[in-house]
This record gives sequence, structure tokens and C-alpha cells, in this order.
Amino acid sequence: MSTPVRTSRRSSIRGGETASGWLFTAPMIVLLGLFLVVPVLMALWVSFSDWNGRGSPFAGTVSFVGGANYAALLGGGGLAEQDFGTALRNNAWYVLLVVPIQTMLSLFLAVLVNRQILRGRGLFRTAFYFPSVTSSVAITVLWLFLFSSSGAVNKLLAFIGINGPNWFNDPSGVLHNILGVFGIESGPAALTGNSFLGISFWEWLAGPSVAMSAFILMAVFTTSGTFMLLFIAALQNLSGDVVEAAVMDGASGWQRFWQVTLPQLRPTLFTVLTLGLIGAWQVFDQIYTGTQGGPGKTTLTPAYLSYQTAFTNQAWGQGAAIAFILFVIIVCFTLFQRWLLAEHAVSARRMRLYVQAPTSGGTK
Amino acid sequence: MQRRNSRWLIGAGLLAVGSLTLTACGSGSGFGDTATNTDGKLTSDSSQGLNILIGSSGDAETASVNAAVAAWSKTSGTDAKVSVASDLNQQLAQGFAAQKPADVFYLSTDALAGYASNGSLLAYGNDLKNRDDFYPSLVNSFTYEGDFYCAPKDFSTLQLLINTDLWSQAGLTDADIPTTWEELATVSKTLTTGSQVGLAIGGEYARLGAFMAEAGGSLMNADSTKATANSSENVAGLQYAQTLLNDGVMSYASDIGAGWGGEAFGKQLSAMTIEGNWITGAMKNDFPDVNYTVAELPAGPGGQGTLQFTNCWGIAADSPNQAAALDLVEQLTSKDAQLTFSEDFGPMPSIMSAADEWKSANPTLVPFLAGADYAKGVPNVKGSADVVSDLNAQLESLNTGDPQAILDSVQKNLEALLK
Repeated sequence: MSTPVRTSRRSSIRGGETASGWLFTAPMIVLLGLFLVVPVLMALWVSFSDWNGRGSPFAGTVSFVGGANYAALLGGGGLAEQDFGTALRNNAWYVLLVVPIQTMLSLFLAVLVNRQILRGRGLFRTAFYFPSVTSSVAITVLWLFLFSSSGAVNKLLAFIGINGPNWFNDPSGVLHNILGVFGIESGPAALTGNSFLGISFWEWLAGPSVAMSAFILMAVFTTSGTFMLLFIAALQNLSGDVVEAAVMDGASGWQRFWQVTLPQLRPTLFTVLTLGLIGAWQVFDQIYTGTQGGPGKTTLTPAYLSYQTAFTNQAWGQGAAIAFILFVIIVCFTLFQRWLLAEHAVSARRMRLYVQAPTSGGTK
Repeated sequence: MQRRNSRWLIGAGLLAVGSLTLTACGSGSGFGDTATNTDGKLTSDSSQGLNILIGSSGDAETASVNAAVAAWSKTSGTDAKVSVASDLNQQLAQGFAAQKPADVFYLSTDALAGYASNGSLLAYGNDLKNRDDFYPSLVNSFTYEGDFYCAPKDFSTLQLLINTDLWSQAGLTDADIPTTWEELATVSKTLTTGSQVGLAIGGEYARLGAFMAEAGGSLMNADSTKATANSSENVAGLQYAQTLLNDGVMSYASDIGAGWGGEAFGKQLSAMTIEGNWITGAMKNDFPDVNYTVAELPAGPGGQGTLQFTNCWGIAADSPNQAAALDLVEQLTSKDAQLTFSEDFGPMPSIMSAADEWKSANPTLVPFLAGADYAKGVPNVKGSADVVSDLNAQLESLNTGDPQAILDSVQKNLEALLK
């Protein structure tokens, strides 16, 4: 199979270009290899070793322990498993809320500021983009002030008669609180009795804590601007004639957005969702500067737990193992979403609807 | 197909290069082998200056340590440089991994076991000339598997702070200063008004543990070899705290809009708090108008009790000039140096011979030092920091929690560490 490839290369009149191509990319390959690939492989080794943080992880005293570090996290039954389960639970809720909300909001804002008739478009674009260019540490500090128990947000809520929660100190889960309003204080035995990764299913269903909700709002606030920019760029690339054709066919504004504009934004949507997903699973700085996992470990995330396990707790293998499990989770989610957004071949049954143009869609 | 093949080739190539590099690192002479000196003698390469890494509380502490180290450097003729860490744990870990650690550094009790067990630390405690002058409970805190590792730098204890203005406004006198749990509950109730709560503390083990100590309990025995977390004494301590919380006479600082007990106390959101002697700096700088007095914590069913916190001067096993480092530490823990530190930034000297002078220099703070007689240390077994942070997470909802169940989970987690 590879034979024709080789012959074609050898006989190619542009054969010399391959060598210079490699030459030109070599500095970047070396840099990436040295500062990215090698460290990642080193960390991979650490996650399978009993390295204790002193000297090189490749010294003779460090031995291979197989999957022991992973086993402690995924089924050890101890505090490590429980912490990891808690961190995954927290971050899963964070992702579940942040990614859809920020995508929808950024698309909404992009459509708004993309309209030709809007006055002062530049001002709005800058205003919406501003949080994205501000350092996340600065915004976290601002958030801590805004959401303190006597902060601006609670003052505002008090103004309309709501007794606001003690945001960053409230470990109670939002879903549990909502259920509590209906008088459900504890879950059925099927949920409380069984557990996954050291925490019961009832705890998995707690929803993000009130403290985490404040972080969710912050993530939406800071990242929507960036993604809005991507959507604006994509919207400006769309050709007007398709929309014009839709207008001719009598499509309403709502229909035009959902059936004409949105399908054309599919590649951008993929980019935004992927970047959002990766960023949301890797949340670290806000936690490090803000709550350090508290209150009640409800803002603990795998990325922060990995740091804490390694640097504070000196369990380097376990810390690296958390990072690699997180890596696998992110890759799986990205692949799943790529499959979801791919342009699937039109089924034979649906194809019959398009008798006039039998080849559309399928060949793309 | 074609593109896929070449991509695989590149991938395979990168992998090969990567693993080659890794093997090179592994067998290389550069940073591969761990050279430990096992003959018990200290290294003394006097051509090397000393690097000192500290986690400073502020400019006052940095300047004070700098001055003390510079003075030593002048008399000993050895160069010494003080650096302030922004994240001490991380910078220490980097140094140990590269085998070029700072020679002398601040070390906390909960980090001791981790570094001691992997051989990063020099166990020099018994070589100290002033070894017997340190408080025995502090020596215990820095003893790991029978070896006294490092000299306690200073220490702090928790005591009761009382806002004297609010105290007299409520019609209370010096005779009312609580000496028992019942009296503490009573005065807390008297001092609780619409705008202020009687007692505000941080909702964590490092404060609530004082109640456990007053009841006669502790999370582990003195040398951290046995978990005693779910003892009936500890349960009684937490139950008492729970009662105060549920009666509304005690609040967590975070629940009344303060970051810690000292802030709640300074803002007069509470009339009393339980804090360590570090609070004096905050009161002087941030709340100079608040008048307060320090009293010993009331005795519980187990007599008097409090918690103590301490750091030590760690010396790296990889230091090329351990002898000079030891000499520096002896100088820094001497009576004169510790009294100067105390004057500059407030900690209490870790040696008994400095106690009398400290008491006469700080007459209002005497209760803090008195606590040394009955204070209990925090667990220092490897991994205990995680267990304590899990306990802290549970203590945040102590008002609705079950003290027995909370302490049972701590017991289980601590026992797992000892296996």
C-alpha cells in the first residue's frame, strides 16, 4: 500500500522541497518536542511510577508500579477516590452548564452586533469582548467582592426582596436546594445507598454548589466575548445570496436563522464547542486564586486536585494520573462531539424526498 | 491514505525521539543518581553560599529575617541570600526534584512527613546545641519516625480575644471572663445582639479543634502514631460547638461576611473570637480603634486545652554546606534572634529560656504563651493535610451535621494513612 507513495515521491519533480520543508519546520518540531512532547511523556511515566518528588523520576530508585496510581483514584475506596469523584462531579456540572450557555450567549451576541442597522456596533463589540482580555485572576478577585455575603449582588437581590445566598461559602447543591423547596430533603435509598467513585448517586445529582454557580456565571461572562468574536467572523463570511434565496422562498426570520444561517456556522460551532469544552474541563486559575476547592470541596476540580495532590500532598504519581484521566475525558468528549456535529450521509429514506437533487449532501 | 501514512510516520518518529531522550535522561549522569551521605557527617563545602527560602507574611518579616541572616553572614563569613517564595510548597518541590533545593527554608508541620519520607530533609534536630531548650510539644511536631528533623522556628497558640468596649457595654466585668464552657455560653449569649454575634470563629479544624482539646481529645496521639479522632471527648467538643452555633451565639466568620475570625472581630461583627497571636498584627494595621484583651480559652470537661501551630527551619539533605546551615539555624533560633523576630513581626519564641523576657515585653499577650503548657499539635503524618481538609469541608455544615459521623469518617481516613 505504501509502495506507490514512495515511488511517486521519489520520481516527483518536487522531491527536494520535502527536505527543505522539514528543514524549515525543524526548529518548531524540536521546540514542541522538547517543551511539550517530552514533558508529557515524562508525566505519563510518573503516573505509572512511585516517584516521590526527590531527584529525577528516571533515577534507579524509582520503580514502575503499574496502574496502582490509577487504581487508587478509580477504585481505591479511600480519600483519594472520594476526592477525585467529587472533583469530577463538580467539573461535570460546570461543563454541562458553562458550555451550552456560553455558546448560545456568544452566538446571540454575535447575531445582535452583526446587524447592519445597529448604532455604535464597535462600542458593543468592545464592551462584550472586554472581559475576555482581562486577566482571570483580576476577574476572580472582582467576583469574590461582588458575590461576598454583603456584596453588590446580594445588595441588588435584597433590593428586590430576595435574601441572597452566601455565595462563595455555600456548599449546598443547587438541585438539592430546588428539591428541598418541594420538601425532598434526602434521596431514595437506591440513590443514597449506591455510589460511584466514592460518592453516592444522590451526591452526584446535587448539581453545582452555590459557590460553583458563581464560577459558572463568571466563566460565561469572561468567555462569551471571545467566542462572540469567532461567530462574528463566521457570520461575516456567509454569502448574502443564500439568505436572499431563503427570503425569496418565503422563510421567516426565525426560519432563516435556524435552517439557513446556523447550518452554515457548523464548522465555527464545532470550534467554539471544542474550545469551550476543553477550557471548561481544565478550569484551574479561578479555583487557585478564589476558593482553593472550598466550600465543602464543592469547587474542587480535577485540574486543581492534580496540582494539590502533587505539590501539597507529595503524591506525584497520583497527581499525574489525575491529569491523564482528565486528558482521556477531554479527548472522548471532543470525539463524541465531532461525531455529533459531522455531516452524516443522508439516509435512503430521506433521500427520496430530494428526487430532484439526488447527490446533494452525500458527497461532501 | 497517503496523508494518514505520513502522519503515522511523524507520530512514530516523535515517539522514538521522545523515548530516546527519556532514556538519555534516565541513564545520564546529570540529574540521575541520588547521592545521599549516609555516614552521618554534615557536608561542609564552604565555597558554597547558603540560599534561604521563606514564606513571608509581609515586609516586616522579610526585612527582619534579612537582617538576622545578614548579621550571621557577616560574622561567619559565609554568603547567604534570602528569597521570599510566592508559593512555598511549589518552590520547595521544584528544588527537591532538581536536587538543587534551598539550603534552609520554612517548613510546615503537615509538609514535614512528605519530605522526610522521601529523604529530602536533613534530620539535624539532635545536633542542635540548644536542642533541650525547645518546648517538647514542638519537638514532637517535628519528629517523624523517631527522628527530630528540624528546629521549631516559632509558634502560636489559639486563645480567646474579647472586645473590651462591647464587653463593658453589655455590663460585663473582668470577673465575667469565662473559665468554663457554661460561662462561655452565657457570656456569648449576653454579647449577642441584633447587629453582632457573641463569638465568631473560622469554621475549620484549626479553630474548632480547640474545643476538642478542651474536652480532652485530639485527632491523633502526641507522636502521630495512632488515630484517636472519634473518641467521645472529640465528639463532646464538636457537640458543644454545634450547640453554640445552633443557639445563634456563635457564628462562622464566613457566615457573617468576614474572611476570618480576626476580620469579624475587627469589624465588630462579633464581640469575641478565637485566634492565634498573629491577630495582633492585623488589629494594629487594619483595626487600630478596636480595644481588646486576650484571655485563656475556658476549660472544658478535659481541663484547659488549645491548639498550637508552628513552622521549622528545614535543612535540605542535598545542601552542599549543611554545617553552615546548621550554624545559621542555631543563630536564628537563639534567644536574641527570636526576641527580635517577635518584636518585628509578632511570633512567639520556640525556646523556653526566652519565655520570661517575652512575657515582660508583651504583658497583654501572656495568655498565648501560657497556652504552651497545655496546647496540642496538629497531626503530622503523611497525607494528614488531605484528611484535615476533608474534615474542614464537613465542619462547614456542622450546624446540621452529626459530630459522631463526621469524626468516624476522619478516623477511617487517618487509619488508612497509618497502614
